[in-house]
Amino acid sequence: MTAEARFERLSATPMRSVTGQGARGGLHPVARIREILQHRQLLWLLTRRDLQVRYRGSALGFLWTLIKPLVMLATYYLVLGQILGAARGIEAFAIYVFSGLTIYALFSESVGAAAGSIVNNAGLVKKIYVPREIFPLASVGGALFLVGMQFIVLIGAILISGAWPDFSGIGYLVPSILLILIYALGFGLLLSVLNVYLRDVQYITEIVLTLLMWSAPIVYSWRRVSEVIVEFHLPTWILDVYTSNPITIAVLGFHRSLWGGGTAADYPGDLWERMLIAGLIGIVFLAFAQWVFQRRQGNVAQEL
Amino acid sequence: MTVTAAPEVVRLDDVRKAFVVRKDNTLKDRVLTFARARRHRTSYTAADGISLSIHAGTTVGLLGANGSGKSTLLKLIGGILSPDSGSVQIRGRIAALLELGAGFHPDLSGRENVYLNATLLGLSRSEIDERFDDIVEFSGIREFIDNEVKFYSSGMFMRLAFAVAVHTDPDILLVDEVLAVGDEAFQRKCMDKIRSFQREGRTIILVSHAAAQIQELCDTTFVLDSGAVAFAGDTLEGLGVLRDLLERDRRADAAAAAAAAGTPIEDEDDDEAESRVQVVKATVFDAEGNETTKVRQGSSVTLRLHLTANGDVDDWMTGFGIDTPNGQMVLGTSTDRLKAPATSHRAGDTWDVDFDIEELNFGVGDYFINARAEDFAEGTSSILWQAALLHVSGSESSVGTVAARVTTRETATS
Repeated sequence: MTAEARFERLSATPMRSVTGQGARGGLHPVARIREILQHRQLLWLLTRRDLQVRYRGSALGFLWTLIKPLVMLATYYLVLGQILGAARGIEAFAIYVFSGLTIYALFSESVGAAAGSIVNNAGLVKKIYVPREIFPLASVGGALFLVGMQFIVLIGAILISGAWPDFSGIGYLVPSILLILIYALGFGLLLSVLNVYLRDVQYITEIVLTLLMWSAPIVYSWRRVSEVIVEFHLPTWILDVYTSNPITIAVLGFHRSLWGGGTAADYPGDLWERMLIAGLIGIVFLAFAQWVFQRRQGNVAQEL
Repeated sequence: MTVTAAPEVVRLDDVRKAFVVRKDNTLKDRVLTFARARRHRTSYTAADGISLSIHAGTTVGLLGANGSGKSTLLKLIGGILSPDSGSVQIRGRIAALLELGAGFHPDLSGRENVYLNATLLGLSRSEIDERFDDIVEFSGIREFIDNEVKFYSSGMFMRLAFAVAVHTDPDILLVDEVLAVGDEAFQRKCMDKIRSFQREGRTIILVSHAAAQIQELCDTTFVLDSGAVAFAGDTLEGLGVLRDLLERDRRADAAAAAAAAGTPIEDEDDDEAESRVQVVKATVFDAEGNETTKVRQGSSVTLRLHLTANGDVDDWMTGFGIDTPNGQMVLGTSTDRLKAPATSHRAGDTWDVDFDIEELNFGVGDYFINARAEDFAEGTSSILWQAALLHVSGSESSVGTVAARVTTRETATS
C-alpha cells in the first residue's frame, strides 16, 4: 500500500479512544463481547497452546487427563463406596460418582486454571494489548476440552455397564453444563484479576475447590442429606439452602440426565425452577464479575 | 491523484499516570504491614500531563533518561496501560513491539509460535497463511521452523520474533529498543524493512538509547523528563536537549554523592559559571564552500565554529571533537593545540573560527561533532554537544572508523 492510500484510509477512519480503562472496544458489555469475538482466533490458539504444552514431553501425553479422574474414581468407589459404605442405597455407584466428578471437574479445572491465568501470562499482559478476558476464557476453554475427554470416558462406562439412564432427564444435561460454565467464568474472571493484587488468591482457590467438592452430592446422595436433616430434627430450610448451591443443582441435573439409578426421591421436586433461578442469578453474578474485572484490569499491567 | 495531508494518528491530551509501588504482595506481607500500609507504598509519576500529537507517516523518537516515562508513554499509546486521567486517541491498526517474542512459548515449535505471535499482534488466520512463507524467508531459519523454540539460539529466536513483528500490517508501530537484532547482515535487513515501512506511510514510534539510530531514522523527537515533555521537535535539537538533561542528572548525582559522603559540596558553580566565550553553532562546508552534512571520504572539509563573547576575552581557545555514534573520538583538535594565536574580543562580539580538514579519511558512517570553547583567564568553558552531524560516504572497500587506500597483491614466499 502506498503512503497516499494509507493516509486516505486513515483520514476516513475516526479517532478511537484507548482510554476506557484500557479496554479498546469500550466498557459496554456488548462492546466487550464483540471485542472478544474479534479475538476468537487468539482465544482458540491460547487454549490450544495451554493444552499442547500441558503434557508435552511426557510419554503418556493426554492419557494423563484420563488417569487422574480414573484414579479418583477408583479411590472413591472403593474407599468411600465399598469400605465406608456410601454405595449402599446408591445404585450404579461408579457411574454416580464419576458423573458427579466429571461435572465438578469442569468447575474446579476452570476456576483453578483461570485464577492463575493472568499472572501466568504476565509476559503477554505487560507487552501486548489483547482483551484480558481472553486469559481466563482460554482457561475455561482448556478445562472444557479436558473434561470433555473425561465425559467421553463416562459415556463409555455407561455403555459398557449397561446402566442406561432414563432418557426423560436428558434435557437437564446441557443446562447443567451451562450453569457450571456461567459460575466458573464468573469466579474465574474475579479470581484471575484479584490474584494479580494478592497472589495468595491462587492458593486459597485450590483449597476452597477441594473443600467445595464435598458441598455437592458427588460421593454421597442428595437423598441422604434430606434424610439426615429429618433424622437430626433440623429445620427444613437447611435442605433448601443446601439445594440452592448452584454446584449442587448442576450435579443433580447431571445425575438426572446420565445416571440411571435414581428415583424421584433422589432429586428435589423443583429442580427445573431451581436451575432457572440459579442460572439467572449466575448471569447477574457474571455481569458483576465482568464489571469488577473491567474496573481492575486497567491497572493489571503495572501490578504484575 | 489527490494529495492527502497526513492525518493525525495519535493524540494525547493531558495524560497523567502515577504508579503506586507496594512492597508487599502476599497476604502475609499485607497482614504484617497492615498498620503501616501507607508507608509501604511509594508513588511516582510516570506521565505528568502529557499532550502530544503525531501525524501519519512520521517516525518519532522518544528520548529521555532511564525512568523518564518513555516506556510508560508507549504502553499508554498501545493501550497496555490506561491513564489515570486525560485521553489517548489513536487511529488505525496498532502493533506494540515492546519485547521481541513476547508470547513465544518455548515448548512450541517455531511454526506454532509464528501463528500464535502473529495472532497476538492482530493478524487473522488467512493473513498469516498468506505471509507465513515471507516470515520464514525473512527470518532465514527455514530448516528449524518445526523445532521447538527452546532449542533455538537467542539469535534465531530474535530473528523469528522480528520477522513476525515486521510482517504484521500496522499503521502505527510502537518499538521499544528492539529495532535491529542479530548479526550485521540481519540488522541491515531489519533497517531496510523499517525504511520500507517509512515509505509506506506507516507511523513508527520508537524508544531507543542509540542516538545514531534515532538520528538516522526519526523525523521528530519528544524528549521526556520526569514524565513531562521537555522538548518536541527536530531530532538533532532533541538529542542536544537529552544531552543537557543527562548532564544535569549527572551533576545532581555527583552533588548528592558528595553530600552523602559528607564532603563539602564542590563548588559546581565553577563549572556551571557561564564561560565568557561561547560556542553557538558549528557548520560544515565542503571543498566548494557549500554548507553540508554529507561528505565524501577523502574530501576536504571546513568546520566553522561560531563563537560569541559575553565578556572581554583575551586568552581563550576553541576546538572540536568528532565522535562515532558510540562516543569514541575519531579526531579532535583546538586552536590551542594548533598554536593559533588568540585575538582579543569585547563583550557582544561574534566571530567564526574555521578549521580546514584536508582529506577526511573517515570510514563510512555517521559522526557527531562536539564543539568547545574555553576562557583560560577564568578557567571556564562551554561545550556544545552534537553541534553538527557528519555523514561520510565513500568506498565500501574497507571497514572501520578510518579509511585508507588499500591494495592487495599476491607475492612469492621469500
